[in-house]
Amino acid sequence: MKRSPFLVALPWITPWIIGFAAFLAAPIAMSLWYSLNDYSLLEPAAFVGLDNYKELAGDPLFWRVTRNTLVYGLVSSGLAVVLSLLIAALLEARVRGAALVRAIVFIPTLVPAVSGAVSWLWLFNPRFGLINSALSAVGVDGPDWLGSTAWAMPSLVVMGLWVIGSSVLVYSAALRDVPRALYESASIDGVGRIGRFRHVTLPLVSPAILFNGVMSLIWSLQLFAPPHLMTRGGPEETTYTYSMYVYNNAFIYGRMGYASALAWLQILVTLALTLIVLAVGRRFVYYRAA
Amino acid sequence: MNVERGQDGHEASAGREGRAARVGSRFGAWMSLAVIGFLYAVPLVWGFLVSLKTAGQAAAPGLGVLPRFESESGEVSLFSVAYWSRFIEQAAANYRDVWTSPIADFPLYLRNSLLVAVLSVLGTLVSSSIVAYGFSRLQWRGRDAVFTLVLATMMVPQAVVIAPSYLIFRELGWIGSFAPLWAPAWFSGASSVFMLRQFFLTIPRELDEAARIDGCSHVGVFVRVILPLSRPALAAVGLFQFVASWNDFLGPLVFLNHQEQYTLQLGLANYYAQHGGTPWNLVMAFSTLVVLPVLLLFLLTRRLFVEGVATQGLKE
Repeated sequence: MKRSPFLVALPWITPWIIGFAAFLAAPIAMSLWYSLNDYSLLEPAAFVGLDNYKELAGDPLFWRVTRNTLVYGLVSSGLAVVLSLLIAALLEARVRGAALVRAIVFIPTLVPAVSGAVSWLWLFNPRFGLINSALSAVGVDGPDWLGSTAWAMPSLVVMGLWVIGSSVLVYSAALRDVPRALYESASIDGVGRIGRFRHVTLPLVSPAILFNGVMSLIWSLQLFAPPHLMTRGGPEETTYTYSMYVYNNAFIYGRMGYASALAWLQILVTLALTLIVLAVGRRFVYYRAA
Repeated sequence: MNVERGQDGHEASAGREGRAARVGSRFGAWMSLAVIGFLYAVPLVWGFLVSLKTAGQAAAPGLGVLPRFESESGEVSLFSVAYWSRFIEQAAANYRDVWTSPIADFPLYLRNSLLVAVLSVLGTLVSSSIVAYGFSRLQWRGRDAVFTLVLATMMVPQAVVIAPSYLIFRELGWIGSFAPLWAPAWFSGASSVFMLRQFFLTIPRELDEAARIDGCSHVGVFVRVILPLSRPALAAVGLFQFVASWNDFLGPLVFLNHQEQYTLQLGLANYYAQHGGTPWNLVMAFSTLVVLPVLLLFLLTRRLFVEGVATQGLKE
């Protein structure tokens, strides 16, 4: 195909250029500017230099939400990567009903956050929720899941593991691409089941592991709706996440300048963590020659 | 000879053991999948079952799956006509209460949600297919670098840019209108462009070369060759956008001001908060109605969904 000049292509990609400039680049640039201002949305912004960033460093709640978010992000994305690979591997056993289970595992990814939240609120309810009802049937007195400082965050992690259907599908596609012949020749060489998983499956699905790991890390670091709807960040701020803090500062406390500084930091940290995971991951990922 | 026979015998017995182990492990896999399927189904199924009960039963501890009804002569038996007529009556009453609730205008929220979702789907189909053509059928300097940038924007989560976006929509005077929820879709979305580009690349170039020789312009090739052949990909992109718009919570939460503009997601959040956890049967009925359209779309078009998600994983 002959090379078209850029001017021929320009009209075709113009919608994207406008969208990128107006709805991504401009907001990010504007929030960089407002992060250097004291801005309540009601009064004109007043330039304060790096004051917002200095305030951040000494804000105990900022450190609290950062720690909560990192803990949730690392734990839940780590568990999600392992659990979804396990489920995908089981689904590949091609037993009767596997297609149904695949659909059931995928459906939660389509459930809106608010519906998911009310369902889980009900399951976690200490008095009449299903979890504690089931526990009391076997003689265990379940805790007040979302109301206890020890259990609230683990409860949200469990709820997050309900929504791993997309990772499972990505793994399934990768697992199906592993050539049968490799398993057969490994068997003939006397490699056992675990050995085959370790030396054949894992290397060949490693690109999918990296992809799923990065995606679930990025998404879990912005956890907002479940704690916002279910715990309001409590009890004692144990489930207060970074995105909730940005939201509250921007839209509840009317501190858009401070919120902009928070948002900027979130963008940078998310980007940095993604690059670190990609760089570390690349060393372990095996790409087959195309 | 002996050695060989020994080996044969050994292999044969290993084969038998192997078969037994395989049957065993298949049963293990089946059992594990049954447990996983059960656990993953519980939250939604249980929510639906609660939506059929009376308010009192919904807030009572216990593992009762089905509603229970009392009459003068004790509990109504599950195997009686009376039970099932009470069952239908109760379920209908719950769902009617949600539909006609004085504190949440369900039909209005439904209309708002549909409006936003339909406008977003139309926008994303039109704009993303045009952009995808530019990234697949035209060869220009810097194309791959720009496309990498498109893919990179896919990694930017909504929550991270929500406060900054508020600033720009405020500047545009769009806060308190539906525009922030659907207008951006008219300027193409990264994942839609990606999916459509991947599909366009599979269409044989000979088809558009032939059309070009017949005097078709790029617009002609796009409209007459590419689009008609891309119906499955367009359907998948439209579906994904519909689900994303329908399920969006943060966008409406931040950009809308008035209760008359609420989408179903905001309506449900508000309904739950106002009820303060009392009539769980009604909250669950509302929730079931909100999930239902997406669930039906999924069941009708399962293959499109599954293939779409799988494509997303191939971008490395």
